[in-house]
Amino acid sequence: MTDLATPLLRERRHLPAFSISAKGLILAGLAAFVAVLSLAPLLRLALTGVAPDGFVDLQRLSDLLLKQRVFTATLNSLYVAVASTILALIVGVLAAVLTVYTNMHAKTAWVFGFVLPLMIPPQVTALAWVQAFSPTSPVLGLFGLALPQGARHPLFSSSGIVLLLGLYNAPLVFLTVRAALRRLPANLVEAARSAGAGGWRVFFTVLLPLARAGIFAGAALSFVSAIGNFGIQAMLGIPARFPTLITLIYQQLNSYGPDALADMASLALMLSLITVAGIGFSSWLGRRTDARVEGLGGAIQIDLGRWRLPVEVAAWVFLATTLILPLSALVTTSLVTGFGQELSLATLTLANYSNALLHHASIREAFLTSLGLTTVAVVVLMVVALFLGYFLSWQRSVEVRLIHMAAELSYALPGIVLGVAMILFFLKPLPVLGFSIYGTVWIILAAYLSNFLALALRPVLGGFAQIDRSLEEASQVAGAGFLQRMRDIIVPLVAPAAFASGIIVFMSALNEIQVSILLVSSSARTIGPMIVFLEEGGSSTLAAAVGCLMIVIVLALMLMASCLSSRLPKGALPWQN
Amino acid sequence: MVAIDIENAAKSYAGKRVLDGVSMHINKGEFVAILGPSGCGKTTLLRLLAGFEKLDDGSIALGGAEVSNRQFTLPPEKRNVGIVFQNYALWPHMSVGDNVGYALKIAGVGTAERKRKSLDALDAVGMRDLSDRAPADLSGGQRQRVALARCLAANPSVMLLDEPLANLDVHLRASMEKEFLAFHKRTGATMLYITHDQSEAMALADRIAVMDRGRLVQFARPHELYREPRDEMVARFIGNGLILPASSIAAASQPGQAVAEVFGTPHRVRASLSGRAGAQLSVHPNDLTLAKGDGEGFSATVERVVYRGSHNQVDFHPDAMPELSLTLHAPLDRRIAPGHAISVRIDDGWVIPAAA
Ligand SMILES: Nc1ncnc2c1ncn2[C@@H]1O[C@H](COP(=O)(O)OP(=O)(O)OP(=O)(O)O)[C@@H](O)[C@H]1O
Ligand SMILES: [Mg+2]
Repeated sequence: MTDLATPLLRERRHLPAFSISAKGLILAGLAAFVAVLSLAPLLRLALTGVAPDGFVDLQRLSDLLLKQRVFTATLNSLYVAVASTILALIVGVLAAVLTVYTNMHAKTAWVFGFVLPLMIPPQVTALAWVQAFSPTSPVLGLFGLALPQGARHPLFSSSGIVLLLGLYNAPLVFLTVRAALRRLPANLVEAARSAGAGGWRVFFTVLLPLARAGIFAGAALSFVSAIGNFGIQAMLGIPARFPTLITLIYQQLNSYGPDALADMASLALMLSLITVAGIGFSSWLGRRTDARVEGLGGAIQIDLGRWRLPVEVAAWVFLATTLILPLSALVTTSLVTGFGQELSLATLTLANYSNALLHHASIREAFLTSLGLTTVAVVVLMVVALFLGYFLSWQRSVEVRLIHMAAELSYALPGIVLGVAMILFFLKPLPVLGFSIYGTVWIILAAYLSNFLALALRPVLGGFAQIDRSLEEASQVAGAGFLQRMRDIIVPLVAPAAFASGIIVFMSALNEIQVSILLVSSSARTIGPMIVFLEEGGSSTLAAAVGCLMIVIVLALMLMASCLSSRLPKGALPWQN
Repeated sequence: MVAIDIENAAKSYAGKRVLDGVSMHINKGEFVAILGPSGCGKTTLLRLLAGFEKLDDGSIALGGAEVSNRQFTLPPEKRNVGIVFQNYALWPHMSVGDNVGYALKIAGVGTAERKRKSLDALDAVGMRDLSDRAPADLSGGQRQRVALARCLAANPSVMLLDEPLANLDVHLRASMEKEFLAFHKRTGATMLYITHDQSEAMALADRIAVMDRGRLVQFARPHELYREPRDEMVARFIGNGLILPASSIAAASQPGQAVAEVFGTPHRVRASLSGRAGAQLSVHPNDLTLAKGDGEGFSATVERVVYRGSHNQVDFHPDAMPELSLTLHAPLDRRIAPGHAISVRIDDGWVIPAAA
């Protein structure tokens, strides 16, 4: 003990003196990161959209927006977004009620199947549906249900777009509504029951109103996702000659190049305004009532009784038609040499896969480019999210909040809007370096970093919420500077959450099409748009093989993340019940 | 030698004064308890000392060197203070030994010496054998000990403890209290111990600082707080204190004494000043006894009698002031029941100087 009592640690007084400024430097770095990648491009977009020549030209704006094509596209965009949101709401709420409240069997498996489409790139989903329901459908043909030859494809229509967007976004609604429903305690229902309300009465007068905030939050997500979903709108809308704002931007930019940028900026701004208005409207709808509840009583359980079997059958038939049918069409197509060929032992071939992976140089390069870009984006974003998460959780200040808002904005706006903003901002040569990154992989990387920061941040924030600040303070009084604390205490504790965010960003960036579709060039292609190009070029079987490969990668990533789930904050992995 | 020097410390949160002109001088090796009701600013004071919060006004010096004032706050990692957190804050991803040795590692102490010193620190709290365990595999009391050892191993100039026993059950608290005392004796560390439990503070501390609504009311040795509280709040807070109104204070023959008139009868009490018309008298249940005959003490009526094992607790009100509820301890052989008329003698009392 004598030993301990002697003063020994005076050395601590001359630890690196930069530890205070390390924090300041990092905060400045975060601000610069977001300013250059999100704020400046979006401001540039807004400026160019409203005043391309330095002054506000209302005549030009009204001429542009009232042009027949633009006007129709705007209305079409609104129509598909609203209609598909209604469909997503119906399906998503039903699924949430079914899996949270009823005694249905095998919920875990069903939830996995229901949420899985969310993880699959939308253009792959669209491709699978197109192949499943075409007159030469490889699967429906087996049952003799295929449409007659020469008939118009039923999905190449506005209803087809609405159907696919609605089904694609239903899991989004499902996830938010499920979270809201789970918070409702059983005694609320028991109170309503004892007041004499029957089952349906309880559902419509107690549960739905209380889950309202969750439902409208889901509606907002679905609306935003639908209006910016390039994969489905392009794959179905372009053949159907049903223009929407984003396909219009894409086609015009393709035909006129950067000359059309000013007009594109105006259209992108229009799209952004609709998106923001949609978010604002649904949060206003969701906020009007007070739905705070006391957390008492267990979970609500509804006994389906004799309806149990019919409900279960209906639920699984739904999954079979919306997931298994399209996917099996995709797999079948990927295994034959020509689209519409019947799959048999004689026609079975892996040629598409070997073509995709080995022989087709542009596909192989697109795969490699995407993997490289995604990996770099994940690594950078995990580091940025860790530091930003620290400041947001424990040192909130006005600057930090602004950084967060800018990150959220560039995530919420449709990817194609961000694409236009990136082109506008990065078209000119960079100041010091003297060359432009437009047309190279770097502009795609910049767009990924900007778009996915908010996504990377979410699980990390959940991780920070789980650890007590005093753990950091304890290391601070032990003498550790900011970077030491980050390394020794915070990173080990937040690591699982950061890893989950890495996987989610990896999947999203690998799957995305809407961010890079305007940014790809012959020298820098990503895998997402490749499917659209292949399908447009008539190589359906090759496109199917690429789609299948992407699904395999997604499944592998999901498996990896699931192995980690016991160490993750609750709800970090969306596909788990 | 002075270990902690707090001058006129002031702190507000969002315009609300949480600490107001607190000054305190704590000597090296002293065990000081900070005592006060919830929300009075105890934790805030501790966080100011540690450097987690900035002072609005005043200054703080540790070991003679100023560490906080209005313009400047030395960050916690440079202060060489130790904290035992209320929730222990043990790092779950490190073993017990690594937790205890962390500060030494930061200070650049070599592995072998670090290991020896952390084992020594664990030894001091009787935990030497558990060095390889994970904190999650320890009981509440064991975690408390590890937190203490971690604080000790860093050899801080002062140890700050924020309600370290609040999360333990009653039995564990009693035995940990004993350990804290032994620990303090052995190490001679300067300790600042926050609690809102007055009996804990009385049992442990050399001196107690009583705080109320952001102000330091009295800073004194335990028996002084008990016998000579400076104001009504302290008088009520310590030892179930009672307050009686005294209508006049007259000087007595001996210095430091006075004759106070309470409910019409004169009582000899202690006072630092005399010659006042009205004052408050601080007494404790032990100071009140049942008088044998009439004419001695003031008359009162019994409200309730509660059996307490060694004595009966008698709740009563003086007849002169029925709304005032008082308590005394009566021997078990005195037969009394609610409604009985009794007369009560004041054996000892203290005239509160700050009273109106
Ligand atoms: N970060 C903060 N922001 C705003 N107000 C605060 C903050 N920290 C403390 N307060 C307020 O300051 C006052 C004193 O708080 P403090 O934590 O110091 O009390 P305490 O004496 O430790 O109480 P307890 O015994 O309950 O722990 C309280 O009214 C509290 O609400
Ligand atoms: Mg406190």
